[in-house]
Amino acid sequence: MLETLSNLGLGFAVALSPGVLLYAFAGCVVGTLVGVLPGVGPLAGISLLLPATFGLDATRAIVMLAGIYYGAMYGGSTTSILMRIPGEAASVMTCIDGYAMARKGRAGAALAIAAVGSYVAGTASVVALMFLAPPLAEFALRFGPPEYFALLLFGLLVLAYMSGGSMLRALAMAALGLLLGMIGIDQMSGYFRFAYGLVELGDGIGIVPVAVGLFGFAEILATAGQPTPPAVIKPRLRELLPSRREWRASGAPIGRGTVLGFLIGIIPGSAHIISSFVSYAVERKLSKRPEEFGHGAIAGVAGPESANNAATSGAFVPMLALGVPSGPIPAVMLAAMMVHGVSPGPLLIQQQPELFWGFIASMYVGNVVLLILNLPLVGLFVNLLRVPYPILYPSILVFCVLGVYAVNGSVVDVWIMLLMGALGYLLRKLDFETAPIVLGVVLAPMIEMALRQSLAMSDGRYAIFLTRPIAATLLGIGGVLLLLSLKPLVTHTLDWRARLALAEKREEHS
Amino acid sequence: MLTTDRVGGAALVVLGLVVLFESRRLPLGSFHNPGPASMPVVLASLLVAFGGALLALGASAARLAAVGWAEWRHAVAIFTVCAFAALALERLGYRLTVGLVLVILLGLVERKGVIFTLVFSAALALGTFFVFDTLLRVPLPRGPFRL
Repeated sequence: MLETLSNLGLGFAVALSPGVLLYAFAGCVVGTLVGVLPGVGPLAGISLLLPATFGLDATRAIVMLAGIYYGAMYGGSTTSILMRIPGEAASVMTCIDGYAMARKGRAGAALAIAAVGSYVAGTASVVALMFLAPPLAEFALRFGPPEYFALLLFGLLVLAYMSGGSMLRALAMAALGLLLGMIGIDQMSGYFRFAYGLVELGDGIGIVPVAVGLFGFAEILATAGQPTPPAVIKPRLRELLPSRREWRASGAPIGRGTVLGFLIGIIPGSAHIISSFVSYAVERKLSKRPEEFGHGAIAGVAGPESANNAATSGAFVPMLALGVPSGPIPAVMLAAMMVHGVSPGPLLIQQQPELFWGFIASMYVGNVVLLILNLPLVGLFVNLLRVPYPILYPSILVFCVLGVYAVNGSVVDVWIMLLMGALGYLLRKLDFETAPIVLGVVLAPMIEMALRQSLAMSDGRYAIFLTRPIAATLLGIGGVLLLLSLKPLVTHTLDWRARLALAEKREEHS
Repeated sequence: MLTTDRVGGAALVVLGLVVLFESRRLPLGSFHNPGPASMPVVLASLLVAFGGALLALGASAARLAAVGWAEWRHAVAIFTVCAFAALALERLGYRLTVGLVLVILLGLVERKGVIFTLVFSAALALGTFFVFDTLLRVPLPRGPFRL
């Protein structure tokens, strides 16, 4: 404990030096802008700005890139709440209730809760990262391919079960997403699957064009030409602060989101996305008024926003302690560290304590900077709503095309975004949820790899999933969820999801 | 009766069958040693099953005729303009393509004033190019005359 605090003191000496502080601030500002811009998420932002750090020393470069990462997580909520367009994939869940709150004139409150939740989660999870990293990383080390397979499958089942309305439709969308994730080179055999000669599809369909297409472009297609254009919400200044009831309703979701996000963040996968999905599902399940979700429940903003920011810190645990990236963004961060001659792993803390603890301390500083930046600027972001939609949406389209193109410099990605946009538009009309597709695309290669590695480990025996306690437990709970979803068919009664769907339909018609 | 679930279910069944047909080109492997086609085949079969179930159970869903399609012309126009952008981006370059796309969207689709349209389009096309290509050094495509 004392040693940790002493090391943290060393870290603050590094993080509060003017040079490092300046780059932490610059990273947070740029990251917030990157997060706010639809289609330019943290992955694209870090990739875009990596060359800009080549002239810096390792500590400043890493601190700045980390600032961009969690700044983008902060900023991603803004467009989700104001325009129902996720600035990055982890903000998908914030779109649902954040945008509904904005339509009810509570945009300012949603933005403020998102900023406070992100700050609390960000700071608390850095504390957790500092104290709990070694034992938690050790637990995650027990996970082999069978546990990963069970965990990923469990995540999809939880998502489908928690989806309001039909589990069948949610599972169908998850299967569609998983199928889309099969496109590209098979990692085990090297075969090209469904690429039809397009070399650009070798690495599979990117998450950026899929998320921007399904959520950004589809939204524009659905709303830009409506006879009555989307109402421009102009909240008054006094509406920018959450009410006492909203503060109370946000406390527990922020706490749960922080814990969930941090724990999920440690596990490999697109943790910040999964954590926000799981947090949303948990909050809806625990809520005394689940029918409010989808219609402006503050817990639907507070939970996922806290979770995705906590997951950002959690994702650094395996990256820093083991040198193992837990998702695409930590992978880019890892590459950036290696470019600067830093090799993350168990020896990093011993060999470069200034860098490690400076990085940890810079995260505390960064969270304060982001809170100071974001709360006063909430009003500035709200001004975006005053721009008429017929002018705003062509500008957003430009950023969608630019953001998607910039990730790989590929027009194929722009085409994928357009196709996903058209698909999202049609699915929206047919009342299908598109969130499971995004999750499916991310998880497909991981699930397949984990399954085939598990079978390779066990000489093709599927019993390996039942003989390993963690895998068996996760699959067992997943199976129970499946059975629970079938119960209404047998008993001819409505379960809470069916009642929720009915309530949603009633509200739509009213 | 055509309902949203039935239309969606039918589309999923067709897609699943297409994937099953296309998967024949890849080695399937065995139950104990799955090949590159195995996962797509399993998922496509699931898609057919889910789609089939939606077809069978979808009578109570919302009627397709009740879905509002009032904005479809606008959506098609936006999609077409964006498809043009994808086609032109590496041929005409970023600045010309984005400028043209904005002129079409603002001037023709949204019927904004000529001067506003031209100034806004030029400013956004040149401004974003300057920020991303010049300042941030993200290579954006150039067209004829290095535009």
